Amino acid sequence: MTVITAATPAPPRARKVASRQQWIGLLYVAPAVALVVVFFLIPLGMTAWMSLHNWPLMGEHSYIGLGNYVAILRDTRFWNALRFTAYYTVIVTIAIFVVAFPLALFVERPRPLTNLYRTMFFMPAVVGFASASLLWSWLLNVDSGLFSPAAYDLGLIDRKFNLLATFQPAFWSIIAMVVWKVAGFTMIILMAGLQSIPQDLQEAAVIDGAGPFARFRAITLPLMRRTLALALILSVAGSILAFDQFYIILRGGPRNQTLTAVYWIFNQSFVSFKLGYGAALSMVLLVVLVALSLVQLWLLRKPEGLD
Amino acid sequence: MAQAASRNRKLLARIGEHSTGIVASVLFAAPIVWAVLSAFKPAAEARLPPLPPWPTTGFSLENYATLNSFGDGLWVSAQNSIYVSVMTVVLSVAVSVLAGYGFSRFRFPFKDLFFILILSTIMIPFQSILTPIFLVLTKLGLHNTLTGLVGVYVTLQLPFSIFMMRNAFDAVPREIEEAARMDGASNLTMLLKVMLPLVWPGVVTIALFAFLGAWNEFLAALVLMTDQSKFTLPVMMTALQSGRFGAIDWGAVQAGVTVMMVPCLILFLALQRFYIRGLMAGAVK
Repeated sequence: MTVITAATPAPPRARKVASRQQWIGLLYVAPAVALVVVFFLIPLGMTAWMSLHNWPLMGEHSYIGLGNYVAILRDTRFWNALRFTAYYTVIVTIAIFVVAFPLALFVERPRPLTNLYRTMFFMPAVVGFASASLLWSWLLNVDSGLFSPAAYDLGLIDRKFNLLATFQPAFWSIIAMVVWKVAGFTMIILMAGLQSIPQDLQEAAVIDGAGPFARFRAITLPLMRRTLALALILSVAGSILAFDQFYIILRGGPRNQTLTAVYWIFNQSFVSFKLGYGAALSMVLLVVLVALSLVQLWLLRKPEGLD
Repeated sequence: MAQAASRNRKLLARIGEHSTGIVASVLFAAPIVWAVLSAFKPAAEARLPPLPPWPTTGFSLENYATLNSFGDGLWVSAQNSIYVSVMTVVLSVAVSVLAGYGFSRFRFPFKDLFFILILSTIMIPFQSILTPIFLVLTKLGLHNTLTGLVGVYVTLQLPFSIFMMRNAFDAVPREIEEAARMDGASNLTMLLKVMLPLVWPGVVTIALFAFLGAWNEFLAALVLMTDQSKFTLPVMMTALQSGRFGAIDWGAVQAGVTVMMVPCLILFLALQRFYIRGLMAGAVK
């Protein structure tokens, strides 16, 4: 008898209970949604709203329409910062790949000690950008640091050279630091891509007489498209938002030549306390980043015909 | 003869590979090792270029003591950093486990909308909405409080950790729940007693990422914490390194950097498996 009852369709009341059960899901996700609303959605809306105002830290704010955006057009220092950020992003991304790709090829094949090498290369990646910047600001210091005194002691230079005093050496010092910190991370992503290439494909190519370079170009690179795109995007998005290293090691110098976009927004908002203007600058940066995300979705699309 | 030559060539190749590996490993480890060792020099020696990196005039903890005498001291910032990181771990795990379970097992209105909303926050950099966050925290009375900073950090973790947890719950067969439900388990007991042990590796992964994220974050802490007694380690160390407390004491910087790096390295070495798992999960998404 009980078996028969269980087999018949649930009566309306039971279905209602079941649908109330489903509603409980809302309670489970509620805290997450609340946090996103308070710390993300509202601030995002406020950024757009504030960007239309003259908004000092103290005192009344006033609506000025697109005034801030008009001011941005004339803000050569912001455009310089944006140009520098783009320049840095291109150079650092190339530098990271030039180091990370050979490392990935090196640690991809299983052999004794590979795990140890992988761990060693990856270690700087778990250290924070602030810690790494503080560490390198010491190593780069002209009197108490490592590089300049070591080069002097080895007789490579006749007098101590301040790496952070002029643009070129300062810029390349930052590039070296970022590559040291990030290359291991990119290496792991590229390695995952390399390992996902079916081994028999490579073997078939060997039988067909393809050399290592031809195999790399015809098999490895095309099959790694999504991985390469992902590594590229992570590097580009991270670099466009660069702040810690330029603030901690260079303070935007020498002669304000290394102010990045985020650094300039930080200065306008929290040093000059022009909150409305900072919000308008943020909107510009935001548009750039969202555009980049759309490119990312396009690059990461699944290859046609494959799942 | 030919065989011996090929054996020789193989040996040479192997030697070449391992020397490359060792040299590269040394290059990557050197800056970290240099700072950790130099921090143990007496203050007078720590001012000089670190050649060699290890203390030559005796082992000393002087730099750590000096560091503790700057501003409100190393210990206060360290406590702030520990509090913020631990709270971020606890809250982001709690919120993400609940939400991951909700998104995986229930059908409710706006479910897809909420999920996309949470994931899409990853597309917009928090750096661009810091000013309003500052104002929101002021409105909530959380201005210049570690609790407010925790709220921001937890939100930053959500897209990654909810995505991770939803996938983890999706991978658990529904039969397991049905069996438990037969035994009369309620939703919440089921989650805690039955499901949680099954998704435990995912929890460790998101906890690790939350800790590293909160421990290492700099810009939000710099902007939102205006009072020295609320500084986290990165903010406090940057203030010291910028000469805010007088002449820059590089010995103290080495000690501070060591304190900031060592917990991350220990956690990573202990939980490497979970870290790489998280990285891969994020990468294949």
